[in-house]
Amino acid sequence: MIVLEHFLVVAAMLFCLGLLAVVTRRNAITVLMGVELILNAANLNLVAFSRYSDTQINGQVFAVFVIVLAAAEAAVALAIVLNIYRNYQMVNVDRMDSLSG
Amino acid sequence: MEISTILFYVFALVTVGSAAVVTFANRLIYAVFSLMFTFFGVAALYVFLEADFLAAAQVLVYVGGILILLLFGVMLTNRIYDLNLLSERVQFVPSVVVMGAVFALLVMVIINTTWPSPEVVSPASTTKEIGSLLMTHYVLPFEVAGMLLLAALLGASMLASKGKDEEEEGEI
Repeated sequence: MIVLEHFLVVAAMLFCLGLLAVVTRRNAITVLMGVELILNAANLNLVAFSRYSDTQINGQVFAVFVIVLAAAEAAVALAIVLNIYRNYQMVNVDRMDSLSG
Repeated sequence: MEISTILFYVFALVTVGSAAVVTFANRLIYAVFSLMFTFFGVAALYVFLEADFLAAAQVLVYVGGILILLLFGVMLTNRIYDLNLLSERVQFVPSVVVMGAVFALLVMVIINTTWPSPEVVSPASTTKEIGSLLMTHYVLPFEVAGMLLLAALLGASMLASKGKDEEEEGEI
């Protein structure tokens, strides 16, 4: 019998791994991949709550909007990363500090 | 144990395992390709949650769109001969400890909370329901999302095309 807790624990694992990728990785592309993992975890939670509570299908509609935002974010962020690579020949997020005083 | 429960554990293992590869793999290209398995695994979990439309959208948008974009990003920001490069890490051990603590906290909260479990009969097909909700109750967020996608499209193409001009000037 699969209950709500199963999905919540899987989503919690995905969230922690995604956050770990964001805080430890220095490559901008890998940081973006961590963000995608976090968004997937949030989506999984939304759909799970939508299935196992009486909110009917509203959670799934919300998840559709999250997917839309993730797509827009990935497109713009990768365009920015490619421009940074063109200007600095590297995508290390620690060394993008031209604006720091 | 029911067959569906076993299948659920298999898909959950695929999802979490490949997400761990994304986080811990040394080679960037391995991380990108294991991200594909994570996305497919999450799509399979959506099927377990009877969200058929979202499962299809997950495969189409994430695997067909975002993953290809990320792959382009990896290919374009690394020279071909250093595709094997090691991805740098910082503060690895403290981060793992903190994330382990966060995960333990989340699991404790999940286990100790009594979740309501009403027997909800979900509709046979969610696509029609989602479509009618998007056109009635959620029509304003729907339009705003459309505007956002337009802005993202214009912004991304502007960022990309400006670089292309500079490149051409540089070549001449």
